Amino acid sequence: MKNIFLRNKQYLWLFGYLTVTLASFAFGFNPGKEVFGNFTKFFIEMVTFIPFLFIIVGLFDVWFPKEKVEKHIGQESGIKGILLVIILAMLQAGPLYGAFPVAYILYKKGASIKNIFIYLGAFASLKIPMLGVEIGYLGIQFTLARTLVSLPLFIAVGYFMEWYLKDRNFKINKL
Amino acid sequence: MIDNAFIFIIVSILLTFVSFLLDRRKTMLGLKKGWKMFQNVAIPFLNILILVSLVLHVVPPSLIVRYLGAGSGWGGLAIAAIVGSITLIPGFISYPIASVLIKQGASYTTVATFMTTLMMVGVVTLPLEIKYFGRRVAILRNVLNFIAAIVIGLFVGLIL
Repeated sequence: MKNIFLRNKQYLWLFGYLTVTLASFAFGFNPGKEVFGNFTKFFIEMVTFIPFLFIIVGLFDVWFPKEKVEKHIGQESGIKGILLVIILAMLQAGPLYGAFPVAYILYKKGASIKNIFIYLGAFASLKIPMLGVEIGYLGIQFTLARTLVSLPLFIAVGYFMEWYLKDRNFKINKL
Repeated sequence: MIDNAFIFIIVSILLTFVSFLLDRRKTMLGLKKGWKMFQNVAIPFLNILILVSLVLHVVPPSLIVRYLGAGSGWGGLAIAAIVGSITLIPGFISYPIASVLIKQGASYTTVATFMTTLMMVGVVTLPLEIKYFGRRVAILRNVLNFIAAIVIGLFVGLIL
């Protein structure tokens, strides 16, 4: 029920905008036309790369299924363990709160505290679909700079969390 | 921007071609998955483009330069970090906003900080996070990431 409402709300906003735009052109309302000019520019920008990005993401999803990586989590430690959680995070999609249930699974499977927080960091900032959009909108230079600076920082956050939480019986609750 | 689109088009065509040679069924499945994901984001994406078009019309670039530009200093950084921490904008949708901010004169430092807090710090989702990790850990994680976001912004600004 709530879902149907949300969907309709999204369409309402779009239809409302289109109606106002049509009216703007019919009655010569200049701000409306100018906003539509902006919108057209953004729309073209989006349509020229987003659909192609999703082709890449979809293919990635079938060739590199995250379930396969997930199987190995917990057994590996050291650099290999860190790499594995980062790769797993990169294969995900969605908002950060969607990563918490996965963090619970990692915890259950015996992943270290450090790796759980590295996972969250990588999930937030290195997901492949997001990197794609970032490259499209902000360019490869910005994306590379941001990623390369972020990576050591959230690995550091992982180490800090492990050091801090080691003797404080850390646990993740299932909701 | 057009160059960027070219890269995406060429890479997607190449990948589809290679994938198709390797496994037809898998390729179709992948394309279908991609299309589904695209459908999920298309409407929210259009809506945010409308919103950005509107805001861009109302907010003059000079205002963005003053508060988020290179000369905005710690104030601009603070605005970017706090707004990014509080708002809950899906990552996908935040990129057009970031791109407009840069085009209108915001600095790389403020935009990188804004993007990073948006992704890594969640004040709105904190209650949920507390349920999973407990109060102390959830707050600590957010505070650490908030600091990390500012450091990331400063470094990205230095590099670019």
